Order: sequence, then structure tokens, then C-alpha cells
Amino acid sequence: MGIGSYLHLPAVQHALIAGTLVAIVSGLIGPFVVTRRAAFAVHGVSELSFTGAVAGLIWADDAVLGALLGSLVVAAAIGLLGAREHERDSAIGVTLAFGLGLGVYLLSGHGGFARTASEILFGQILGVSNGQLVLLLAVAGAVLVAMLVLYRPLLFASVDPDVAEARGVPVKLAGLAFLFVLAITVTEAAQIVGTLLVLSLAITPAAAAHRLSSRPAVVAVLAVLFALLASDGGLLVSLTGLNTSNVPASAFITAISFAVYLLARLVGPRSVRRRRTAQA
Amino acid sequence: MAEDPTVRLRGATLRFGDRELWGGLDLDVAPGEFLAVLGPNGSGKTSLVKVLLGLQQLSSGTVEVCGRAPRRGSTRVGYVPQQKSFDRDVALRGRDLVRLGLDGHRWGTGLPNRTARQRVDRAISEVGATAFADAPLGRLSGGEQQRLRIAQALLGDPSVLLCDEPLLSLDLSHQQGTSALIDERRRTAGTSVLFITHDINPILPMADRVLYLAGTKWAIGTPAEVMTGERLSALYGAQIDVLRVRGRIVVVGAPDAAHADAAGAHHHHPVGDDHDHGSRAAGGHPWE
Repeated sequence: MGIGSYLHLPAVQHALIAGTLVAIVSGLIGPFVVTRRAAFAVHGVSELSFTGAVAGLIWADDAVLGALLGSLVVAAAIGLLGAREHERDSAIGVTLAFGLGLGVYLLSGHGGFARTASEILFGQILGVSNGQLVLLLAVAGAVLVAMLVLYRPLLFASVDPDVAEARGVPVKLAGLAFLFVLAITVTEAAQIVGTLLVLSLAITPAAAAHRLSSRPAVVAVLAVLFALLASDGGLLVSLTGLNTSNVPASAFITAISFAVYLLARLVGPRSVRRRRTAQA
Repeated sequence: MAEDPTVRLRGATLRFGDRELWGGLDLDVAPGEFLAVLGPNGSGKTSLVKVLLGLQQLSSGTVEVCGRAPRRGSTRVGYVPQQKSFDRDVALRGRDLVRLGLDGHRWGTGLPNRTARQRVDRAISEVGATAFADAPLGRLSGGEQQRLRIAQALLGDPSVLLCDEPLLSLDLSHQQGTSALIDERRRTAGTSVLFITHDINPILPMADRVLYLAGTKWAIGTPAEVMTGERLSALYGAQIDVLRVRGRIVVVGAPDAAHADAAGAHHHHPVGDDHDHGSRAAGGHPWE
């Protein structure tokens, strides 16, 4: 069966729409994750959306809803525990370890432990239902609006917090708002690539974009484009004849994402190698 | 003074818990005046800036900036923070940093705006930063970054410019360039300058007056009046010598704010070792 016939399947169409939505919002938050050094927060929230997903699955038969609610609780916990920057990492670590253990406990009482766990951890992009798609669309819309509204003050607060505060930016509030946006985005991305591989959409594309430009707008656009390339590209590759052994799409998504990053490092004007040559 | 002061403090006192930073501070800063603010670490220099920015409330007394209570985000006040380098990979050009000073506090992404761009261009050219304004911010030198910060602070055409150790970690030529820039601005635009520094020498030629904070006490006057052994000894409650060597002022015996906090300074400066306890015991004792 060629790739063209796959594209007519509702499951594949759903997956592509979901992948596109997730790529757009991940690409949007990515540059801020990099600037604010929040990679560990992304990892923490996504790991913990595992716990939320399991809880949602058990109590409401809805992993996505559980993961979303769980991530909001986690974002609030990180925001409250890690008010000071140097406490943030340990606060995330503490929350992460406990939450993940809780997830394991909850899942152990549930049938089909290994299969469910691996789906949540490594992604299950082809299983997106209509209802999940609507939820994803709503969440993506909300994140998009939030990021557009937050954009300038969040940028100011992220790169230059002292001056931003003096200029009247609510620095702490902007940081907390971003944490919630991040939690929602990460949870959404986790549906597609799995909680363990979220960084490949939320950080790698933005990190690649950072190598190529220092214009904030260009970095934002590139990050979204790279995330789209990885997400939809990985999905399509997983459907081709190359994928004879049914490797999950997330494996290809992370591979493409990483390849883009490596390429950006090699060719980027901001690469260390070029810089040295230019100075010589 | 004929013109209304831009900064006015009356009986201003700042306390954190039971620790008083300074008390009964009276201060008028005239338009175009260059006021150096000196003192050891922990004497409340940065807190004074925060009060004037509206980020910190006085414990008692009054403060006015341009005749009004300080307000967070006011365009009447420009702020140049301590020199702190940006991340090498920060996704920002020099001009983006300056632009944030204009509308970075507004919600939304902002639309392309010619007037705003021209204002940013003008502010950048006024500090002589045009040549590197489009370069990645993180790859610029400390002096170049500081020029852009000054452009950012001056963009709103403030009446008061607050500079918190803007020369820290800059080399000598960048120190001179940065302070000359600030000096020129206050002469041409009549901007009052409050310049916090631990070393008066780089700005000695331009400082009209010195506000010296130490313990809970303070002294104010021209550099020649304040920077004397007698005044500083009384301020610290310890023997302080002020030497003038080749046009530089060297203070001997005072805890050096640049190297240590008051406690750590004991070992390096035996003469000034009781300043902390001594001045606190003496309580607020304004000079003038």
C-alpha cells in the first residue's frame, strides 16, 4: 500500500492534524523554554503527565483529560515550590520522582500495564479519536492566544528580568502564566510523541532555531517550522514501506528533530567553528 | 535651586525587619545634576534605587519623583542595571533589547511600527551603538551591552536616570566611554543622574555631589566636602583616611564594597573593622 492510500484513512488524517497542532504550539513555546532554561521543567511536567494520564484512564477512561488536569496541578506545584530560581530544579526533581512513583502505583492495579505504559511513555499517535482531536484543537487555540498575549512581557521578563520589573512587567506572574502554558502544551505533545520524547518537539526545534538566528521573530518561525517538519515528517515516514517492523512514529519524529538540530549546528552562522574562522 | 527637584526625599527611612538601612534621609536632586551614590555593600544603595523605581516602599518619610510618588514602569525614570552579561546564545539582537525598553511591558506581540523603529534607531545612534545594534546581543562585549542598556533606558526620555553600578566588570576604556555617555546626556537633556558606584574615581570629574551611605548614617555634599577623612571617619565611626593620589581618591580603612561584605571586610581592613556595629549602635545621625 502506497503512502497516498494511507492518507485517506481517518486515523492517519487525525494523526496528521494532531501532529500539526502539537508542532505549532511546541514550536511556539520552545524559544522561551530555551531562553528561560526551563528544559527540566518541560521534562518534569511531561513525565508527570504520565501519572495524570494513568489516573485519568483509571477513573474517567480518558488519559488526555487526566494528563491535562495533572499537568496543571504540576505546574502550580513547580511554581509554588520553586519560586526562587535556584530552588526550581530541585523542586521539579522532587515533584517528578514522587509523581512518577504514584503513576506506577496507579497503573499496577490496572490491566495491561506494559502496553498502556509504553503507549503513554512513547506515544500513540495513530490512536487519536474525534473527541481527543477536538480537545487538542481547543487547547492549541488557547495556547496560541495565550502566547500571543504574553509574548512581549514574557520575552522582556525572560531575557532581562530586573529591567522588565522596573518597567512595570509583572515578571513573576508572566513566569507562572508561562509555566501553565508550558504544562498544557507539553501534555498535548505527550499524546503524540509520548511523555518521554516531548523534548524532541518542545526543545530541539527551538534549540536548532537559536543556532540560525538571533532575531526573536525569525527564531519563533523557524522553531515552529522545524517542529512541523519533525512531527508530520516523522509520521509520514512511519507510514512508508521503509517502516516494515511497525516502529512508532515518535522514533522518526525524534530522529528528524535531532537531524535538523545537528544540521543547524553545522551550518549555522552562530556555530563555534565559523566564529573561530571569522576571528582568525 | 531655581528648578523643581526631580527627586525629593524627606525623612526617608528604610528598614528590613529591625535592621535599618538608612534613616531620616533628606535629598533634593536638581535637573541635570550628577549625584554619585557611594557606600559599602549592604548600605542600601540598590534599595534606594528600588524606592525610586516604585519597587520598594519606604518604612517612613516621603519620596517624590518629578513631584509624584514613584510608580512602577514610569517613563520619567530610566534604569541601567548592574552590568550582567547576557547568555551567549540569547535570541536577541542589540536593537531588540533597546526596543523592549519602549514597549516590552505591553501585552501582545506588537505590530511593525515605523515611528517606534525610528525612535529605537535614534536612541541607538545617540549612544554610538549603530555599528553593532544588529549583532547578536550575547556576542557583544560588556561595554557594548552597557551602551545598549543606556539607549534602552534613555528611550523614554526620562527626567531621572538611575544607574546601579553600570561600570562593574567593564575595562577602563569602556568605563570611561559609558560614564562619558551618561555625563553628556545629563548636560544636553537636563536628565538628573543617580549613579551608584563603589568606586568614585571613574566618575570623579562629573559628579556634582556625593551621597555616602554607611551603616544607618549618610552624608551628602560635593566630592571635596564628603570625601575627607574627617567626614568618613565620623560616618563609619572608625578611623578612615582619604588620600588623593594623582587625581584619584583612595579611601583607607573603609570596608571595600567591591570585594567583601561588611563581615568579610574585617580581615582586609583592620582599621574599619567596627564600622558595622559602631554605626548601628549610634543610630541614624544625618549630616547636614
